[in-house]
Amino acid sequence: MELVKGITAGNIRSIARAVSIIENNMEGKEELLDELHPHTGNAVVWGITGPPGAGKSTLADKLIQKERDRGKKVAVIAVDPSSPFTGGSLLGDRLRMQTHATDPGVFIRSMASRGHLGGISTAAFDAVKIFDAAGYDTIMVETIGVGQTEVEIIELSDIVMLVLVPGMGDEIQAMKAGVMEIGDIFVINKSDREGAERLKAEVEYVLMISEKPEESPQKTICMTSARDNTGIEELYEILQSKYKEDLESGFLTEKRKRRLTKELSNLFYIKTREFLEEQLSVQAQMDSWIEGIYKKEIKPYKFISEKMKELTKEYVKG
Amino acid sequence: MERKTRIEIAKPGLDGHDRGAKYIARALKDAGYEVIYTGIRQTPESIVATAIQEDVDFVGLSLLSGAHNELFPRVVELLKAEGADDIIVFGGGVIPEEDVESLTKKGIQAIFRPGTPISAVIDFIESKKKTTAA
Amino acid sequence: MQESIKNRKMEWEESVLNKVLQKFPERRETFTTGSDKPVERLYLPEEETKGDYLEKIGFPGEYPYTRGVQPTMYRGRLWTMRQYAGFGTAEESNERYKYLLDQGQTGLSIAFDLPTQIGYDSDDPVSMGEVGKVGVAIDSLKDMEILFSGIPLDKVSTSMTINAPAAVLLAMYIAVAEKQGVTRDKIRGTIQNDILKEYIARGTYIFPPAPSMRLINNIFEFCSKEVPKWNTISISGYHIREAGSTAVQEIAFTIADGIEYVRNAIKTGLDVDQFAGRLSFFFNAHNDLFEEVAKYRAARRIWARIMKEKFSARKEKSMMMRFHTQTAGSTLTAQQPDNNVIRVTIQTLAAVLGGTQSLHTNSKDEALALPTEDSVRVALRTQQIVAHESGAANTVDPLAGSYFIEQMTDEIEKEALEYIEKIEKMGGMVRAIEAGYVQKEIQDSAYRYQKAVEKGERIVVGVNKFTVEEAEPKGLLKVDPALREVQIKKIKEIKESRDGSSVESSLTALKKGAADESVNLMPLILDAVHAYATLGEITHVLREEFGEYRESIVL
Ligand code: B12
Ligand SMILES: Nc1nc2c(ncn2[C@@H]2O[C@H](COP(=O)(O)OP(=O)(O)OP(=O)(O)O)[C@@H](O)[C@H]2O)c(=O)[nH]1
Ligand SMILES: [Mg+2]
Repeated sequence: MELVKGITAGNIRSIARAVSIIENNMEGKEELLDELHPHTGNAVVWGITGPPGAGKSTLADKLIQKERDRGKKVAVIAVDPSSPFTGGSLLGDRLRMQTHATDPGVFIRSMASRGHLGGISTAAFDAVKIFDAAGYDTIMVETIGVGQTEVEIIELSDIVMLVLVPGMGDEIQAMKAGVMEIGDIFVINKSDREGAERLKAEVEYVLMISEKPEESPQKTICMTSARDNTGIEELYEILQSKYKEDLESGFLTEKRKRRLTKELSNLFYIKTREFLEEQLSVQAQMDSWIEGIYKKEIKPYKFISEKMKELTKEYVKG
Repeated sequence: MERKTRIEIAKPGLDGHDRGAKYIARALKDAGYEVIYTGIRQTPESIVATAIQEDVDFVGLSLLSGAHNELFPRVVELLKAEGADDIIVFGGGVIPEEDVESLTKKGIQAIFRPGTPISAVIDFIESKKKTTAA
Repeated sequence: MQESIKNRKMEWEESVLNKVLQKFPERRETFTTGSDKPVERLYLPEEETKGDYLEKIGFPGEYPYTRGVQPTMYRGRLWTMRQYAGFGTAEESNERYKYLLDQGQTGLSIAFDLPTQIGYDSDDPVSMGEVGKVGVAIDSLKDMEILFSGIPLDKVSTSMTINAPAAVLLAMYIAVAEKQGVTRDKIRGTIQNDILKEYIARGTYIFPPAPSMRLINNIFEFCSKEVPKWNTISISGYHIREAGSTAVQEIAFTIADGIEYVRNAIKTGLDVDQFAGRLSFFFNAHNDLFEEVAKYRAARRIWARIMKEKFSARKEKSMMMRFHTQTAGSTLTAQQPDNNVIRVTIQTLAAVLGGTQSLHTNSKDEALALPTEDSVRVALRTQQIVAHESGAANTVDPLAGSYFIEQMTDEIEKEALEYIEKIEKMGGMVRAIEAGYVQKEIQDSAYRYQKAVEKGERIVVGVNKFTVEEAEPKGLLKVDPALREVQIKKIKEIKESRDGSSVESSLTALKKGAADESVNLMPLILDAVHAYATLGEITHVLREEFGEYRESIVL
């Protein structure tokens, strides 16, 4: 495949095109991902999540610089919500990282969630593989930032930064375990503002009461001001050492295998469903079934159970 | 599967007039497009790099300070140099009618001037979109 | 008339009016209408009022200045008619200014090109296409010398629309004056110097807020000692409105900016009365005549009270909101441009009925290009007609006492105060800007407005109703694109002829000073300017030390 050659050679246009292919579920997507598979597994994936306006993009901007100073190639996938009404989207994360736009070692790609819940778009999972295969050392994924539902970022990332800001102490209390489970590193950004220390204390407290050390490695708290570029070096150090630790302890491998499991079972689910729907000509018959159910001529559960029997009779023994 | 149309709205040069560009960006979002707005003070180079990374179908340039004759064609040239001249470039702002023809000749496919209703812009995008659907 | 008002009137006449009349007699002995009916200076409520007249509305030239900042207003002196102009090279603009002064204009208003406003020299790659386009290009003291050659700086007052690099341009102006033999205590003028609204609405920022505020304080302090006749800031709502805000937002955000400047200056140890009298404001004049008049009146009242109550100002001058006004460019259309003359007339009336101190009227070709000489003349004539023929200038605050106007004034005041309070709660204007809050409020208003026009809920004559087929407009102003080459050549010559070592040492000193917050940078910038360091070189040093601001809008 021409495109695969382009991607593995690091050709920007090819990479960009490939992301569009997966994003739009276009022809050749699966083959493309299969061809790229052998080239993946070298990149580190950092997830950046946290409430809207916490400074996720600004932080990403500063971390890009750190990676560039060390000669690393960086890709950023920045996800913003799609309008549920029009499907349109105004992708604004990039605005904060635009000074890196012309740096050949940086690739920033904005993605709309396109109706997918969970803080990232479905395509983000596959986009990571493209950047990985294209030779980017680090891939950052910025989520929409809605909170509670954003668990998917854990599945996607090697390390997750949960960005919090002063002035949200009460919310932290309310979150307790829920969202706090998401982060490996708790970044208290906008620490140029008052209340940062207090927030730190609150986070420490919540972590103390909710942490189950036997399950996962220690969580870390880090204070930054993305605006003033302070605390970034420390955060960067933590990211490095955490990565090293997780790699050596085998935790990372375990995590990555969990991700693969999840992905494969997800694929199974999607493919099975597609297959079944096709077998039953769901598309074509849906209207008439609904008509029947609506007129009370068909009982829904009985109907489904009969359909399933009909479909699975050759597999079900006895 | 139909490809979702992606549009970059960009302000080249030092011009700070962003009211129109922000309006266009938001109105196009409301019309169902995915819009990337990069803020003011972009260079033709950063606009083109963005267009390519974001794999947009259109680049919409907004300029009110009078530097359009220099900056608009530069964007087209750079896209061409990158082999990305399938990306459609159009623009808007305070642009004298007498400049429109030469800009069109240089590859800026449409110019929308003050008072333009958004429907005109959408019509343009829709009419060009067909040919870019991959 | 109510007894209390009658008594206050006598007091006012004695303590405020007569003093002013002695020094500045009115333009005429008597004022009359077009049909020769006499017009009095000031009209007061005839009937019983609710009792808060004195407190809320009061007398012109007296706290809280709702009715204006001078007791006789335009009966004493008409507002200053000041047209903003400039383009091309210093040589071309110099010619234009000399012509304007020959025509009897006493004030200059300088427009700079975008590279100058953002601190880049003409030879910087980012200046491509922008040199001399929307204002005059200034690269070094040399250009400034040319710009004002043959113009005696002790005779004119000069307003410079310059913000982020205001300190540098002011230093150049002082240097030119001193070369002419005019000492710095004699020069008069204004620098815009309002960085907060650059972040909010205008876009020619360079440094982040903290060092920018420091530069502003340095200017306040330096001028209060050395350039006492200089207006050190023009706190501007004009651009906020043009970016799409409502009338309430315009004054609310502007006053919130003002609060931030005052607070900052006080924090660095300045006494409020030492600088507040040199603060001036700049507002927009839109089409909705009555809302606009109410807006100016509300703004004056709010500012007076804030200065007195919040900042404990003692001097009257510190509480007076003096402002310049410009008509609303964004209401002017590319379609049927002649119609713009009528819009500008209404807006002129709004500014005058609202008590402005000076006015710029936009030209009818606003939405097409920079104005031609002919269209600038019509714009100026519009002001002159309102001044001399309409009678609007013959009595003070003519709309006072209208149920509509007074209620509207109260409402605008109330809503603006709500915004101001909200911003204060966020931690002040810098915070609100960094959070993108103010920008977002304006963007949303702009969007609503535009949508209403699109839907035809708001009619814009000639645009979405009463349209005609039109021919391409002819004779628009064109700026020579080869200007950049001329400027680049001049920079080269300067760099060859100046004393390199004094440039270097002055820039090194500046860099050191910039790193130490307690240093006032004005004298250091003056040294660099004298050594013919370019604007770009000076700004570069500061950029290195201060960093650069990045847009914080929220989409
Ligand atoms: C509002 C305004 C401002 C505001 C800007 C606020 C902001 N944040 O945007 C303020 C007051 C800050 C301002 C400042 C200046 N301004 Co001004 N400004 C205007 C004004 C009056 C209206 C522009 C506007 O916003 N209109 C409303 C919006 C919705 O319309 P629009 O931008 O035209 O956009 C529409 C179309 O053009 C089109 N469109 C625009 N962009 C795009 C992009 C795409 C992709 C598409 C499809 C369509 C499209 O669709 C939009 C919707 O219909 C114009 C004159 C005019 N009436 O047009 C002068 C004007 C643009 N300004 C001018 C100048 C000179 C300046 C200054 C440089 C002055 C100076 N020397 O300091 C400053 C500096 C600003 C800077 N940093 O660059 C000149 C430019 C001259 C020229 N081109 O030759 C103009 C033309 C006025 C004039 N005749 O002198 N300005
Ligand atoms: N004071 C302060 N402001 C910051 C800091 N980091 C970011 N900001 C500002 O906070 C605002 C939001 O920053 P973003 O980086 O866009 O935040 P985000 O989390 O990516 O926002 P969304 O993607 O919209 O959810 C911007 O105006 C930034 O300038 C910081 O450390 N201190
Ligand atoms: Mg973001």
